[in-house]
Amino acid sequence: MINLENPKRYRGLVDQAHQVAAQMFRPISRTYDRAEHEYPKELDSLAAVLDGMNAGNADGGAGAGKLQQDKNEDGSVVNGRNMAAVLGMFELCWGDVGLALSLPRQGLGNAAIAAVANEEQSKRLEGCWAAMAITEPGAGSDSAAIRTRATVDGDDYVLNGEKIYVTAGGRCDTVVVWATLDPDAGRAAIKSFVVHKDNPGLEVVRLDHKLGIRASDTATLRLTDCRVPKQDLLGSPEIDVKRSFAGAMKTFDNTRPLVAAMAVGLARASLEETRRLLEDAGVTIDYDRPALAQSAAAARFMALEADWEAARLLTLQSAWMADNSQPNSMQASMGKAKAGRVGTEVSLGCVELAGTLGYSENSLLEKWARDAKILDIFEGTQQIQLLIIARRLLDKTSAELK
Amino acid sequence: MALNLNAIGLAALRRLSSSGVVERVGLKTPFEKLLYEGSRRGFQVGAAGNRVFKRVGTLGKPQRPDVAPTGGVFDLTPTEEQAMFREAVARYADERLRAAAADADHAAAAPEDILTEAAELGLAAMSVPEALGGAGEPQSPVTGALITEAMAHGDMGLAIACLAPVGVANVMARYGSVEQQSRYLAAFAEERPPVAAIAIAEPRPLFDPAVLQTRAVRDGDEIVLSGEKSQVPLAADAELLLVSAADDNDDSQVYIVERGLNGIGVDADPGMGVRAAGMGTLRLDNVRVPVTARLGEDEGCDPAELAALSRLAWCGAAVGTAQAVLDYVVPYINDRQAFGEPISHRQSVAFMAADMALELEGMRLATWRAAARAEQGQPFAREAALAHRLCARHGMQIGSNGVQLLGGHGFTTEHPVERWFRDLRAVGVMHGGMCL
Repeated sequence: MINLENPKRYRGLVDQAHQVAAQMFRPISRTYDRAEHEYPKELDSLAAVLDGMNAGNADGGAGAGKLQQDKNEDGSVVNGRNMAAVLGMFELCWGDVGLALSLPRQGLGNAAIAAVANEEQSKRLEGCWAAMAITEPGAGSDSAAIRTRATVDGDDYVLNGEKIYVTAGGRCDTVVVWATLDPDAGRAAIKSFVVHKDNPGLEVVRLDHKLGIRASDTATLRLTDCRVPKQDLLGSPEIDVKRSFAGAMKTFDNTRPLVAAMAVGLARASLEETRRLLEDAGVTIDYDRPALAQSAAAARFMALEADWEAARLLTLQSAWMADNSQPNSMQASMGKAKAGRVGTEVSLGCVELAGTLGYSENSLLEKWARDAKILDIFEGTQQIQLLIIARRLLDKTSAELK
Repeated sequence: MALNLNAIGLAALRRLSSSGVVERVGLKTPFEKLLYEGSRRGFQVGAAGNRVFKRVGTLGKPQRPDVAPTGGVFDLTPTEEQAMFREAVARYADERLRAAAADADHAAAAPEDILTEAAELGLAAMSVPEALGGAGEPQSPVTGALITEAMAHGDMGLAIACLAPVGVANVMARYGSVEQQSRYLAAFAEERPPVAAIAIAEPRPLFDPAVLQTRAVRDGDEIVLSGEKSQVPLAADAELLLVSAADDNDDSQVYIVERGLNGIGVDADPGMGVRAAGMGTLRLDNVRVPVTARLGEDEGCDPAELAALSRLAWCGAAVGTAQAVLDYVVPYINDRQAFGEPISHRQSVAFMAADMALELEGMRLATWRAAARAEQGQPFAREAALAHRLCARHGMQIGSNGVQLLGGHGFTTEHPVERWFRDLRAVGVMHGGMCL
């Protein structure tokens, strides 16, 4: 039965995540925006709270930690882990995206491990804080072009290369590194490896200074003859031309809804604050009256809010499909594309509506607008999402539609 | 095989069909024949002005739409019944409405056989309680949105022509008094359901349905209606009109107006698009109706809610037509060659298509959410307004991109995209006309 309200069973989770966002993130949001690279020590106690929440919630709770595809055995509709994670992320990022990205043990690498690790690995890696290292100086969106090399040597792989833009790369204890077994074999040879931070071959070279999400550290990592035992390769070690890269990319079907959710949460914060400021200024949004029969500010606000609603629902759709084992690559990209652009449009539009008040560091509106931009870039840029949607819509290969 | 669809009831047929009986006894074809072509037996659409609405049935109190319980699960799956109904309507619309669309657009009127078939589909009868001879199905805004979408995928103008009377039945079911339901709602279950439409819009910029220039002035036991209503579907033939007007307190209410009354004038007013709906201007010059003609009588109706349900109907239409554009454009840009390859191999082209697809999906989900909230008895004004903003803006953009992607070909009437372009502009403009 068609129903697009938040599932009843997650009201508690949403409420908890909102409390975390309101009471722990918001008060320190500006502090760590200014103190870039300083570790938000408040997160340690929060991590313990979240671990408790997750342990008490079979569906994984808030954060990126545990994403898997669920299925009810009787075939009925499931609202499961993906939905829960998205709903939690809405709230956390209503609080602060940078801090949400810095939650210990909730990294995107954790999501990758949850998606592809075998049972033994899952058990061994439980409780780790895993970052994701894909991008290289010469390979961004074209992840098949990565040059970090993995060479077999006895019972180990030896990794060599440089990784950039590793979110939580400085603070995490584990990194999931994408490397190629054979640079000439293309995508099929790309594998992901679990590398522990205390590995002597792994070095944090520097942390980047950024436009936004400054509370989150973004690291450059160098791998120099970094030895990784064979059992730390995630997925199949075979170079299977048909399947393996698709397997690696499948992680994105589960993580893109989550990044879309970040943009949705952030944009809601901007909308709420702007609505409050507009109401103080005597502008109310009247949903019974046509937008154009109201003030320009009200009409603009409604237009922004409408696009935000579309982004939110597309994000929920992609998570719902993942929970119900429906192939969701196209919808995950739709959600990510819409939420990515909406995050920026809404937060920048809100700064404009709020005027100098929104532009000042006295308000978080300007910060949210800076934070938003990355959400249309990482985990697949707007343009990559459109490419994925278009290839599926038009039934084109990557050779045909480049 | 002679089946009277209304006598048996579409709902009953549907139940029969879903039970498997239809396939087992080989009735599937006649069933579909009924749905798609109709027996024509007993159905006609007549000239306006001569109809007498008689009180029928034994309704003790007004029938109101059921509030659907929600299981609290986020779900995008239509019920089995909804899916089947949507499919049947979609097949009808894609065959019949699509084929008749160009001529009807040109003629600025819906052909009689289409209107007859639509009456036979019994969509309006679904809103009529069993005590009044109808199907007695619980009225469902979600089903309504799905059906509107499916009909508009065939053609938006003809969808409006077919669904305008359904909207009147829905409004009667939602707000009508016992007397009004017995007299007017019951008529929608008859062999010749009334040609009917909702008249809300007035011809001026920045129109707001809560601020009306059409007046309803009390005079003894009568109300005197004066004013002008624009873009009224089926205007030339409508026998029954729901007209919004401001009363002595400036409150908007809705009045039931039978076509035969003195002082009613109609001018054809074909517009940019949705011409098949037979749009016209309704002029009310001191039209006298009894005080009991106020919809809901003493209780009145909720005009803001009615406006929101009407917006949602237009959203459903926008989604259907935008889907038609996308469905047409995808094979076109895959076939069309330029510079030695399909134009869809260029990102500038492919990305427009991707954009259309994702904005369309957002429009659809927002429409569904608002309709589902309406069905659950939850507040839905905000959700309907947001869906309407999306459908007006992105629906139009999809229409414009549809023409753009066909280039010069899209600008000619050789392809339907120029009609869809014109139709999709209606979504941001219209008030009333349709209602879930």
